[in-house]
Amino acid sequence: MPDVVVIGAGVVGAACAYYAARAGLDVVVVDRGPVAGGTTGAGEGNVLVSDKEPGPELDLALLSNGLWRELAEFDGFEFEPKGGLVVAETGEVLEALTGLAGKQGVEHTVVPSGGLDDYEPHLAQGFAGGVFYPQDAQVQPMLAAARLIRRGADRFGRGTLMLRTGVTVTGFLRDGDRIGGVTTDHGDILAGAVVNAAGTWGGEVAAMAGVHVPVLPRRGFILVTEPFDEPLIRHKVYTAAYVTNVASDSEGLETSAVVEGTPSGPVLIGASRERVGFDRTVSVPVLERLARQAVELFPALADRRAIRAYCGFRPYCPDHLPVIGEDPRAPGLHHACGHEGAGIGLAPATGHLIAQTLAGHRPDLDLTPFRPDRFEERR
Amino acid sequence: MKPRYDLAVIGAGPAGVAGALTASFAGLDVVLIDAAPRPGGQYFRHLPQGFNAQAPGALHHGLDGFTRQWETLRARADVLLGHKVWAVERAEGTVTVRCLEGDREERPRTVTARGLLIATGAHDRPLPFPGWDLPGVLTAGGAQALLKGNLVVAGRKVVVAGTGPFLLPVAAGLAGAGADVRGVYEANGRLGLARHPLLAAGKAGEALGYGATLARHRVPYRGRHAVIAAHGEDALTHVTVARLDSAWRPVSTRTVECDTLAYGYGFVPQLELPVQLGCATRADADGSPVVTVDGGLRTSVPGVYAAGESTGVGGAVLAEVEGRIAGRSAAADLGRRVPPLPRLSRRRERLAAFAKALLEAYPVRPGWQGWLRDDTLVCRCEEVPLSAVREAQDLGATDARSVKLLARPGMGWCQGRMCGYAVACLAGEDPAAPRRPIAQPIRLGDLAAPTRSPLEG
Repeated sequence: MPDVVVIGAGVVGAACAYYAARAGLDVVVVDRGPVAGGTTGAGEGNVLVSDKEPGPELDLALLSNGLWRELAEFDGFEFEPKGGLVVAETGEVLEALTGLAGKQGVEHTVVPSGGLDDYEPHLAQGFAGGVFYPQDAQVQPMLAAARLIRRGADRFGRGTLMLRTGVTVTGFLRDGDRIGGVTTDHGDILAGAVVNAAGTWGGEVAAMAGVHVPVLPRRGFILVTEPFDEPLIRHKVYTAAYVTNVASDSEGLETSAVVEGTPSGPVLIGASRERVGFDRTVSVPVLERLARQAVELFPALADRRAIRAYCGFRPYCPDHLPVIGEDPRAPGLHHACGHEGAGIGLAPATGHLIAQTLAGHRPDLDLTPFRPDRFEERR
Repeated sequence: MKPRYDLAVIGAGPAGVAGALTASFAGLDVVLIDAAPRPGGQYFRHLPQGFNAQAPGALHHGLDGFTRQWETLRARADVLLGHKVWAVERAEGTVTVRCLEGDREERPRTVTARGLLIATGAHDRPLPFPGWDLPGVLTAGGAQALLKGNLVVAGRKVVVAGTGPFLLPVAAGLAGAGADVRGVYEANGRLGLARHPLLAAGKAGEALGYGATLARHRVPYRGRHAVIAAHGEDALTHVTVARLDSAWRPVSTRTVECDTLAYGYGFVPQLELPVQLGCATRADADGSPVVTVDGGLRTSVPGVYAAGESTGVGGAVLAEVEGRIAGRSAAADLGRRVPPLPRLSRRRERLAAFAKALLEAYPVRPGWQGWLRDDTLVCRCEEVPLSAVREAQDLGATDARSVKLLARPGMGWCQGRMCGYAVACLAGEDPAAPRRPIAQPIRLGDLAAPTRSPLEG
C-alpha cells in the first residue's frame, strides 16, 4: 500500500509526487489520461515572479523559483533562466510598474526608454521604459511534468514513485472520517493520504470527497508562429496590462500581449482570459487581438506566420490563490490545485509544501492563505 | 449584418462544383472558394493531355462533364480561386469564411453566407519508412503533380508502391508519359479487387484499362510486396522491396534500382474546417475520422453540409453525387422548391457501399511499424525519429496528442498532415479528428488587420 495517491499527472501532481518520494514516502500518481494531458499540456511554461503582487502568492513564487533552479540540473525540460521584461506604454504606467517592483522586493532593474533596445532590439519604439526581472524563467511544461516523475522514480526507486496513466478516480475510500484511498475504474488503491492535483478538475475531485473547493476554468488561447532561425525575442516580454488582467475579476474577454521565443524555434504569443466554461470552439476575434498586440510590441512579427493556435483552461479560484494543504473537512485529503495561470511556476513550491505536510513537518511557508476551507464563510 | 451569399462552397473539385451548380440551379446565390489557381481539385487538376488520350473512356467523359459544369457555374456564381481558407465560424445563422487571397502577396478576405458546403477533399496518406525523406521519394499525389508539370522524362526509373486502387492510374499515367516504371508493389493482395464481387461489378472496366496500359509497357504488378526502405547518398538510387506476410511483416527482400519512388497508403480526409465549426465526426471503415452526415449530406451543425472525401474517401464519382445531393439539401433548407430525387440517393448508397468495400479490401496492416529503425524520422518537419516517439511513450504519453506534446511530431509546418496517421498508429489508436484552429499559416500582420470582403480593395 502506497503512502500517498496523487490524482493528476500534470506538473503540480508531478512535483507533489517528486517531493513526497524525496521525503521517503511511497507514491502512486494516477491520471485518467496521459502524463501532462490537461492544462499543463496547454501552457506556455511560465516561471514568473514579476507578475505577482506582494503577498502569499509572491512568497510561493519566490520559493518555487529557487526550487526550479535546483530541479533544472536534471535538464531535459528546456529550463531557460532568461528573465522577463515588462514594458510600459506611458510614463504614468512606468511609475506604477516601478512602484510595484519596489514593493515586491524582487530582484529587478528599471529600464529607461532608451535602454530597452539593449534588452530587445526588435521592440517597437515609443515605450516609456520598463522593468527587467532576471529571475523570470521558462520551462517546457509537458517535459517538465514527465521528467519530474521519471527523475523521482530513477532517484528514489521505481517502487517508491509509480505513474499509472489511463486510471480514472471514481470516488474515495474512507477509514472512519479519514480519507484512506481512492476507488478507480481499475480497482481500489488504499493509501495513507490522497493529494488532489487535478488542476481545473480539482473541484470535481473534491466534490467526490464531499467537500466544496471552487475551481473554475478560465480559457486562454496561445498563438504559435513558424520556427525562427535567429531568435527575434530574447526574454519573456509583456505589457503592464498583463499584471492587471491576471488579477482581474472580469467575466469578459481580456487580452494582453505576452511574447517569447522557445528553444525549438517558434514564438509563443499569449495571453487571453475568458470565462466561458470548457468551450473549445475557436474564437477568431481572440486570435486577431493576440496577433495585433504582439505586432504592436514587435513590428517584425507582422511578416511571420502563425501556424497553429491552441487553448487551455486555467484553474482559478474566486480569490485567485491556489488551494494548498490538508482539508480539515476530509482529513487525509490534501489539495494542490487552483493555480490559475501560474501552475507551472508554482508547482515545485506546491509539491515541496505538500510533501512537508504529508511527512508531518512544519511547512516552510504559512499555508493559511491557501487553506481549502477558506471559501466556506462566503457560501 | 446580412450575409452576402446564400451558400458558400469550399473546394472546387467534383463535389464542390456539382454542389455549387446544383444549388445555383435551385435558385441560391452561390460563391465557390478554392485554394488552387485552377479548378478540379486533386482528381481533375492533375490530368495532363497525354494521359487523357490513353485513358479509358469513362475518365475522359468525366473530365468533359466536369469542364462543362465548371463553365456553366462560372456564368452563374461567384468563383474565388487562389483563396486559401484558414478559418470558418458560424454565429446567428451566418457562416463567416476567412481566406487568404493570392500566393506570395497574400491578402486577407472574408466571405459571409447563410449556408456552407464543405468539399475539401483528401490528401495523401504516407507511412514513414527508412529513407522516405530522401529526394526522389514522392507521394502518389506528388507523382501526379510531376506528371502535370511534365517533369517526367523518358528513361526516368520509377517504382510505385503502397496500397489501394489509386496506385494503378498513377503507374499507368507515369508509364504512358514515358517513364520506365520498374514495378508496382501493392502491399495487400493484388487479387483483392477481383475477389470482391461488388468491386468486380463496379469498376472492372477501369481496372482492366490500367492493367492493359501496364501490360503494354511490361510493368510488373505484384501483390503482397512493399518498399520497406529507400537508399541513396544525396538522392534516391535504389529501394528495398520486400515480400510480405498477411500482417505486412517482411518475408524476403531484394533491391530495385530507381531514381523515383511514388507511394501512398490511402488518403486522409481534410477535416479541419468542419472540426472548427464543431461538426460531429465518426470513424470510417479504415479508422479515419470523417464528417457525420445524414441522407441529405447535412452535418450536425445547422446550415453546414459536407460532400466528397470529407464524408468518407470514395472517389470522384461518389463525390459528384454527394455534391448534388448537398446542393439540393441546402436549397431546400433555405426554402427553395426542390423535388425529391430518390434515384440520386440510391446511387449514392451504391457508390458508398463500393467505397467502403474498397477501404476494407486495402487496409493498412500493423506490420509496417516493423520496417522502421530507431533513427527513422516519423515527423519530417520537426525531424522526430522513432526513438523520440518511443521515449515519450515511456515517459507516460499514452495517446497521440501527448506524444506530440512531449516529442513534437506534428508541431511543424504541415501540422501533422503527413505524420498524423503514423503517429496515431504508433500510439495504438485511430487518428483523431484534427483540431487546427488555424487551417493555413497566416501572417501575423494579416491576422491583426481588419478583414475585407473579396470585392473591396
